[in-house]
Amino acid sequence: MSTIEERVKKIVAEQLGVKEEEVTNSASFVEDLGADSLDTVELVMALEEEFETEIPDEEAEKITTVQEAINYVNSHQK
Amino acid sequence: MSLEGKVALVTGASRGIGQAIAHALAAQGAIVVGTATSDSGAQSIAEKLAAAGFQGTGMKLDVRDPASVAEVLERIAADYAAPAILVNNAGITADNLLMRMKDDEWDDVISTNLGSVYRLSKAVLRGMTKARWGRIICISSVVAGMGNGGQSNYAAAKAGMEGFARALAREVGSRGITVNAVAPGFIDTDMTRALNDNQRSVMLEQIPLGRLGQAEEIAAVVAFLAGEPAGYITGATIPVNGGMFMG
Repeated sequence: MSTIEERVKKIVAEQLGVKEEEVTNSASFVEDLGADSLDTVELVMALEEEFETEIPDEEAEKITTVQEAINYVNSHQK
Repeated sequence: MSLEGKVALVTGASRGIGQAIAHALAAQGAIVVGTATSDSGAQSIAEKLAAAGFQGTGMKLDVRDPASVAEVLERIAADYAAPAILVNNAGITADNLLMRMKDDEWDDVISTNLGSVYRLSKAVLRGMTKARWGRIICISSVVAGMGNGGQSNYAAAKAGMEGFARALAREVGSRGITVNAVAPGFIDTDMTRALNDNQRSVMLEQIPLGRLGQAEEIAAVVAFLAGEPAGYITGATIPVNGGMFMG
């Protein structure tokens, strides 16, 4: 069973079309991984599906790095 | 057939242009979900598709109601798959001189003709962005470009639709989704059959081709835009009006 961190990183790599090794915890989706605004929306949708949760827009806006995504999922796991 | 297996959602498909569009897409192999405002309308869409040997069904939808939109989208996903093609066709008129126009005549036309485009397009985009393919086609009107006295509400909604198509085309182009509008002129439907002989002859004088258009002539353009060969057309408004207004 993969950890939440591994699952988040896998989704980020797939969604943004980058290598998994580039997806470090501190990486910013826009600045480091080349995401545009639509990519970040799609990334949140992919996280919602993977973790079967709904991320409200105001929360989604605060998720800008890999670590922030991991933190969000960790604190909202059912 | 070029649309084989793709799910197409057509609003306002119980008669006129919407019905012709539903059948033209189905003839290309699409699974068509046509919507109507009543259960009997939805039933009639389903029966006509079946009678023509096409795949698809009819569903009841109130395009002004977000809950109704969500419900229909869930049903489509459960019964078929997420729509790859959306045709925003549902529309109404409530003509009046602006000085006499009632708030509800304005609000109803804007919500049904333009608010619907916002609600439906938003609802189908998740599926389309995931699929990296989609077609959103809005049925506008020649009135959006040329204006028409007594139709400030309708013209505003239709021109709004064309601006919406251009903005969204920019947003989602990178995902293989095209967003276009088709602007019909006077088409032979219940709406134009209600005109008297005098109104009719005045109207025909303005049309170089000297006749009304057929719903099938709009549907053919929509079917083309929905297909693979139209993949490089986005943010466009295609006029189909017999030459009555040349932009």
